[in-house]
Amino acid sequence: MADEGKNLIEILEESYPIDISKYINYVHAPQCGAISTFSGTTRDMFEGKTVLELRYEAYVPMAIRCLKSICSSARSSWILNSIAVAHRLGPVPVGETSVFIAVSSVHRADSLDACKFLIDEIKATVPIWKKEVYSNGEVWKENSEFLERRLELGKDVQENGRACGGSKVKVEARDRKGCCGRKEKVDEGAVDSCTHKE
Amino acid sequence: MDAIGTENTSKNVDSTHEGNENTSVEIKVLFFARARDVTGLTDMPLVVASGSTAENCLYELMSKFPSLKEISNCMVLALNEEYISESTIVKNGDELAIIPPISGG
Repeated sequence: MADEGKNLIEILEESYPIDISKYINYVHAPQCGAISTFSGTTRDMFEGKTVLELRYEAYVPMAIRCLKSICSSARSSWILNSIAVAHRLGPVPVGETSVFIAVSSVHRADSLDACKFLIDEIKATVPIWKKEVYSNGEVWKENSEFLERRLELGKDVQENGRACGGSKVKVEARDRKGCCGRKEKVDEGAVDSCTHKE
Repeated sequence: MDAIGTENTSKNVDSTHEGNENTSVEIKVLFFARARDVTGLTDMPLVVASGSTAENCLYELMSKFPSLKEISNCMVLALNEEYISESTIVKNGDELAIIPPISGG
């Protein structure tokens, strides 16, 4: 089974900063030529308003279940050694890390693609919430990734037995295009077009 | 089991459901983020008729907390830590979570 590697999933209670080196060390392995990481950091501005603080909360047992499921999905799509995911709860001061992902693999393509998949799935399906606190008010944020997937979430469980991490097929199809693979879809915009001549 | 059944029957006296008093189920409802802000509660017990769907529970909740309607078209439901569709039937002892738009990361 591809699932033999290790996963480390941690939802950190209030006032525990994320120790990035701990997770990188966790996924480090002599047989792996690549460690890919993603660090999500709290921003100081939103639409021109100064953010004083972000406050996170989670439905912890469900968040852990979802994270496990997303890790399994990633392992079924890419050849990975270890995965570490940490998310902070409680107040997170501006500039600090709120979420951290580290993935190791023999070759870099697997861990790079898996790392992107993991953060996209976390944003879409893991029950964690953040409130932005400004000097003149506060607001619950809403991830666009969730709003796009909202109607599928309950259905996925019935049809595929899995809601969290359920979008792996879509991601694979997109990522397999590779460089210049989007040439036939020029209408997607210049951002996606390839600069190579061939 | 018997003790829980008896308790449910007595609690159902103030329920508005007609009939089915002997076959009601009690679930636990969890409110997170904005759902908690608008209800003022983190969780509450809810007694509904046996065979009720998650959608029935939601209507019951919205009649108790009309302000929940504000988020009803953008939230999802989870039953026992799994996302579900609103047509799922709830069972005694289930944990129904109101999941407003998530914003992790």
